[in-house]
Amino acid sequence: MHPAVSVIFFTVTSGVGLGLMFLLGLGWPMHEGMIPVLLSCILAGGLTVAGLISSTFHLGHPERAWRAFSQWRSSWLSREGVLAVVTLTLFGIYSLAWAFFDMRIELLGYVISILAALTVYATAMIYAQLKTVPNWNSQLTPLCYLAFSLAGGVILASAIGSAEMMLSLPTPILSAIALVIAWLAKLIWWSRAGKIGFSATGSDTGTATGLGKIGKVKLFEKPHSGENYLTKEMVHQIGRKHANKLRLIALVLGLAMPLVLCFLALSTGAIVPLLILGFISMMAGLFAERWLFFAEAKHAVSLFY
Amino acid sequence: MTLLPETTQKKLGLVIDLDVCVGCHACVVNCKEWNTGGYGAPLSDVEPYGDNPSGAWLNRIHTFEITPADAPAQIVHFPKSCLHCEDAPCVTVCPTGASYKRSEDGIVLVEEDKCIGCGLCAWACPYGAREMDPVENVMKKCTLCVDRIYNDNLLEIDRTPACVKTCPANARHFGDFADPNSAVSIMTLERGGYDLMPEMDTKPVNKYLPPRPKANPATAASESKQLAPAFAPKAGEGLLGWIDRALEKLG
Amino acid sequence: MAVPAIEAEKSPHVSDEIRKTTCYMCACRCGINVHLRKGENGQPKIRYIEGNRDHPINKGVLCAKGSAGIMQHYSPARLSKPLKRVGERGEGKFEEIEWDEALAIAGKWLGDVRASDPKKLAFFTGRDQSQSFTGWWAQQFGTPNFAAHGGFCSVNMAAGGIYTFGGAFWEFGAPDWEKSEFFMIFGVAEDHDSNPIKMGLSRMKARGKKIVGVNPVRTGYNAIADEWVAITPGTDGLFVLAIVHELLKAGKIDLDYLIRYTNAPWLVIDDPDADDHGLFARDKDGNALVLDRKTGKAVAYNKKGVKSHLKGEVKLGRLGRGKRRAVPSFELLARKYLSEEYAPENVSETTGIPVNQIKRLAAEIAEAAFEKEVVVHQPWTDMKGEKHDKMIGRPVAFHAMRGISAHSNGFQTCRSIHLLQILLGSIDSPGGFRFKPPYPRPIAGQPKPHGGNKPNEPLSGPHLGFLRSPQEMLINEDGSPQRIDKAFSWEAPMSSHGLMHMVISNAHARDPYGIDVLFMYMANMSWNSSMNSVGVMKMLTDKDEDGEYIIPKIIYSDAYSSEMVAFADLILPDTTYLERHDAISMLDRPISEPEAMCDAIRWPVIEPDRDVRGFQTTLINLGSLLKLPGMTNEDGTAKYKDYADYITNHQRKPGIGPLAGWRGKDGSKTGRGEPNPDQIQRYIENGGFSETHVPKEALYFKHANMAWQNWAVEMGLQDAPVENVFQLYLEPLRQFQLCAEGKAKPEPPESHKQRILQCFDPLPSWYEPFEGTAIDTKEFPYHALTQRPAAMYHSWGSQNAWLRQIHGSNPMYIPSEICDEAGLEDGDWAWIISHHGRIKVPVARMGAVNNKTMWTWNAIGKRKGAWSLSPGAPESTKGFLLNHIINELLPPKGDGLRWSNSDPITGQAAWFDLRVRVEKAEADEELSLPQYDEQKNPVDRKTETLSYGKEWTK
Repeated sequence: MHPAVSVIFFTVTSGVGLGLMFLLGLGWPMHEGMIPVLLSCILAGGLTVAGLISSTFHLGHPERAWRAFSQWRSSWLSREGVLAVVTLTLFGIYSLAWAFFDMRIELLGYVISILAALTVYATAMIYAQLKTVPNWNSQLTPLCYLAFSLAGGVILASAIGSAEMMLSLPTPILSAIALVIAWLAKLIWWSRAGKIGFSATGSDTGTATGLGKIGKVKLFEKPHSGENYLTKEMVHQIGRKHANKLRLIALVLGLAMPLVLCFLALSTGAIVPLLILGFISMMAGLFAERWLFFAEAKHAVSLFY
Repeated sequence: MTLLPETTQKKLGLVIDLDVCVGCHACVVNCKEWNTGGYGAPLSDVEPYGDNPSGAWLNRIHTFEITPADAPAQIVHFPKSCLHCEDAPCVTVCPTGASYKRSEDGIVLVEEDKCIGCGLCAWACPYGAREMDPVENVMKKCTLCVDRIYNDNLLEIDRTPACVKTCPANARHFGDFADPNSAVSIMTLERGGYDLMPEMDTKPVNKYLPPRPKANPATAASESKQLAPAFAPKAGEGLLGWIDRALEKLG
Repeated sequence: MAVPAIEAEKSPHVSDEIRKTTCYMCACRCGINVHLRKGENGQPKIRYIEGNRDHPINKGVLCAKGSAGIMQHYSPARLSKPLKRVGERGEGKFEEIEWDEALAIAGKWLGDVRASDPKKLAFFTGRDQSQSFTGWWAQQFGTPNFAAHGGFCSVNMAAGGIYTFGGAFWEFGAPDWEKSEFFMIFGVAEDHDSNPIKMGLSRMKARGKKIVGVNPVRTGYNAIADEWVAITPGTDGLFVLAIVHELLKAGKIDLDYLIRYTNAPWLVIDDPDADDHGLFARDKDGNALVLDRKTGKAVAYNKKGVKSHLKGEVKLGRLGRGKRRAVPSFELLARKYLSEEYAPENVSETTGIPVNQIKRLAAEIAEAAFEKEVVVHQPWTDMKGEKHDKMIGRPVAFHAMRGISAHSNGFQTCRSIHLLQILLGSIDSPGGFRFKPPYPRPIAGQPKPHGGNKPNEPLSGPHLGFLRSPQEMLINEDGSPQRIDKAFSWEAPMSSHGLMHMVISNAHARDPYGIDVLFMYMANMSWNSSMNSVGVMKMLTDKDEDGEYIIPKIIYSDAYSSEMVAFADLILPDTTYLERHDAISMLDRPISEPEAMCDAIRWPVIEPDRDVRGFQTTLINLGSLLKLPGMTNEDGTAKYKDYADYITNHQRKPGIGPLAGWRGKDGSKTGRGEPNPDQIQRYIENGGFSETHVPKEALYFKHANMAWQNWAVEMGLQDAPVENVFQLYLEPLRQFQLCAEGKAKPEPPESHKQRILQCFDPLPSWYEPFEGTAIDTKEFPYHALTQRPAAMYHSWGSQNAWLRQIHGSNPMYIPSEICDEAGLEDGDWAWIISHHGRIKVPVARMGAVNNKTMWTWNAIGKRKGAWSLSPGAPESTKGFLLNHIINELLPPKGDGLRWSNSDPITGQAAWFDLRVRVEKAEADEELSLPQYDEQKNPVDRKTETLSYGKEWTK
């Protein structure tokens, strides 16, 4: 699949923003005072909104984006939109009450947490629902999205929050654990994706065309000699060497570097700058991971090309 | 609404006969020609006279080469357009309700004014039947010539999709699959018409008729059909002797 | 329930008006309905083009090319004004001039030539569907040098057919799709009868009848054939003669048919030392003799009540007492093909066809012809007056075109196929091959070729025709050719279509003489319409020692900015096919179908928005400027205002004009009748064509059918009944051999004698294509050829915004075995090397192809800058032409002579004889080679995106 920058930015950035929102809703301790609270809330909401805005760049007609709220009964994309807006609206109320009236409404927070998680889930389901892309078509996909969202949120919360310990663990350690869990999920996802290609599902050009009964089928001539929307969008080819290099980059920036920075933060006590650095590195790693998520995914249409 | 109708009164669709399609692209171009000035936005072309010409098309012909185990390789031309699936995943993923399946005839359409151009329906379709228009940025797809098949401005005989009307090899047939006595239903039954990618659970309405088996060049004529010599190969006259006999018969 | 907010409109407005005309996106000539609808500027604009359901050719269907007509019509590559060259030839630098000036320049050049030495004008037309007019114009001008592109295209098919049985595939006949039991199709070009063949194949399939494709490449029609014969190029004749061998051996031939309709019984003189050895024995009236079975005597073949024998020997001379012997030609024929040389076992290796397949197909053909005979219960009377109560058919049909034609053995191969048809009794019998009116037209009904060259005088007759004997060749006393293309000379004695592909080469070599003006129409000679295109570009630009171009003046007419435009001195811009008048005439190559005489017109369904004129109108204008006879009234004024005026009012003979329909003052006459001023209007009202059904009694056996003959005379197709005896044994060929043997005059040059003896066999024969014998086959082990894609016609389609998306570049399809040997994978680049040159091309592997043959799509490659395409267009960077490595001459032999790369009988260009080898190309720039300088484009390029029809959408 064609890796569109706007969509990569959207899923990564909104994911992390919603991760942070999830933790804020659960009551992750923040520095007191209107400004710090406001800043924290703006960070969570801002990342989410930035991602959402970016996603509209992917649209042919962003001016009609509002129509996307209508089909929540069948469409995960619609659900994602509705959930994001509801979550953000409630979070806005939550943030205002917290910042200006120093009221952290616990019940509302929980609702926001659930909604934030559901939003991330819905985002992931846009891809996971597609039978046409076997790599994506698994509950492991929302698992990864949720885990990365959470890990991003935990590092960010650990960096800007006031808690030194959470769940009886120093926050850098908690961040490290969240990261490891997320990447473990991704490793399982990768392992499945490596096996699940169309060859594993038994589909090939022969079954796709129904001509395989006669003999071995290969494309002789494309419909048109040049590229078309389908080949550009869905028959994106990426070399194995190139993919492996990017996976390494994703793991180094997304996992190894943040882990080292977490432990450095713990040992030096310079938690804020080092975890923020770790967060930035993780984001870079996630961009690589997400680029591969698209680029490596093979669409059923490719069986015809 | 992007929920699918539980049933449709008719199931309009196409039968594509792979046994006679010569891959001439008549259906492809005639479709483009009819539709660029017809239903919805035009089918645009980018760099039409440039280095990378490309555009939106609703029907494309792939050409496959098939190599049987014990016969020479063969070529099959394979037209592909929207199959108007009963369980059309392109419809249910649509966030805006632009994509819909008509309950009266089962045609899957895009109401382009509602389309935000997110492309998700194209991703959901396993067949590559939807293409985003590169200029208009809305999703285009085969409408089964919905602006022809009911059109009182056309002669009744012409109320058929443009691709069907224009096909010189008669490789495309249009009809109602909900009616077991329709020509398309009978043809599908008799010729072993099949679904594309049944594993995708889309229940396509369009059916493909497989190519008939080919003669193998290595096969000898069956004994009863071999040509027997008309004359003894040794006899001096050979054929000429036979001519005498044969001409006598002619009188 | 799923209910959209807005229901799709049920009956949207389609168009404001439908205008019916004839397609010209290829040579198929389908009927089209052009829908017009008001465009943005309020003017009519083409909304849609569809097939005309009432039309005899396409019955409502339309191919990809026809459906892309909108893009052809509105192409930015259209020329818009007359142009005068200002740069050097080939650069493409022009200035726009007015028509008056353009006609004055052309008139001066042509007038000077006509007054001094008319042969110094070479007037050749390419994809011309108005040859009966352009030829007539050239005849009035008086130059002997006119032809269209048939010599490059398919003269072998036309000449092979007409000489043998007075018909030909495609233009003058068609398979009996509705009755045939077995159909075999040989190497067919997609643009000839394209839609009728597709429709016919589909009908055969629907009826469950067998289709066999004989073609090195298994695409298109061959892909859907029930059986594929993976023949090695140039060996079709041998394959067919092996089938003949099998049929003869089994006695599966129609003797009755042979006796009635062919020269099989005619007696051939067997007197080896005599000057007439091998000619027909004739009586004093010139009638060929046959051996009468009743009396055992030699009598005239047409004597009443004769029972001709097919074997035996007669003594000639008075009362049969002479010393000279003669035998029926059939006996020679039988002996020849029964020889083991033609046994399947002995042709299998050369043809690449398994023995089993040849034998089985022969058996299947015999079964279809003789076990499944078709009977039409329609009484009819033959030309001898014998009444028949039914029509018995041998339902085996064949079709062949380019793949047979474009070989140096094409004429004989074509004759071999006709021999097979005739032995089966399937020519114009139910289920076989059917003549299309005005055919059958045997040699006796055809014109002879005419030469001549007198200042200010017309030619005495049409340029092109069919010579009956060597004495009718167009050569001078010294044996040198009279024509610039050397047609009807020893180079190509029976070149009935001329040799357009040799004109530039000969004019450049000033052999047989130099010319002053080269005048061409719709012929892309500097690119895909020549062999050796690189050489042709040089010939067009070469200058002599005085710094003058060797070909001094070039006038060219085309509608588009083609490669050839850059090489002309004066451009006369033509219209598109939707802006012009045309007559697809009974005088030329009409659109008839077997059951109806049909002709058609084009008319301006849309007005030109540029300063252009239909080429034929330009010719009319030039004709009156030059005061040519037939185009000038007695008072010196122009006889015709334009081409439409000519179509309506011209009479070739009294009562016979370009169009057969609605003749007579009130339009009540068909075929014969005085001009009708409303004729074109009547055609327009009828959808652009006329159709007159052949009477039922005349539907089959037209070659011998009295009802047909009478009807044909009534319709003006011929002036009197014409006897048509199928010429299995072709006497004129034997006459040429006698000339080569020194027994008859004129005597060919020494150098030609051997070739004439070898190739001019009066019985269909097979010899190896010349290129293969002139090179080392170890050095060039493979064959290379081109096919025309169904969706693209010549270079014309390249500027078509829709078609070029389908075929914007072309790979070389190479058999997997050859790829493995050369280390080639899909997407690699390779050098294809012939004796003449090398080209670098992208490679695609293929299995469904003869394993010694590689091929590519024809005429996709474009010269950089031509056709208003961007310089980086894939047509120029990846596309390529095979033409670059085909020479118009064969490699030099020891004798210092260069033979032309063509059929020795007809001169047909032998571009399918090409032999090559392949080498993997270095992995550098992905660019096809050779590349040429960018050609300047005299019209603007369009770079913006295209959203055609936006004004009609919401």
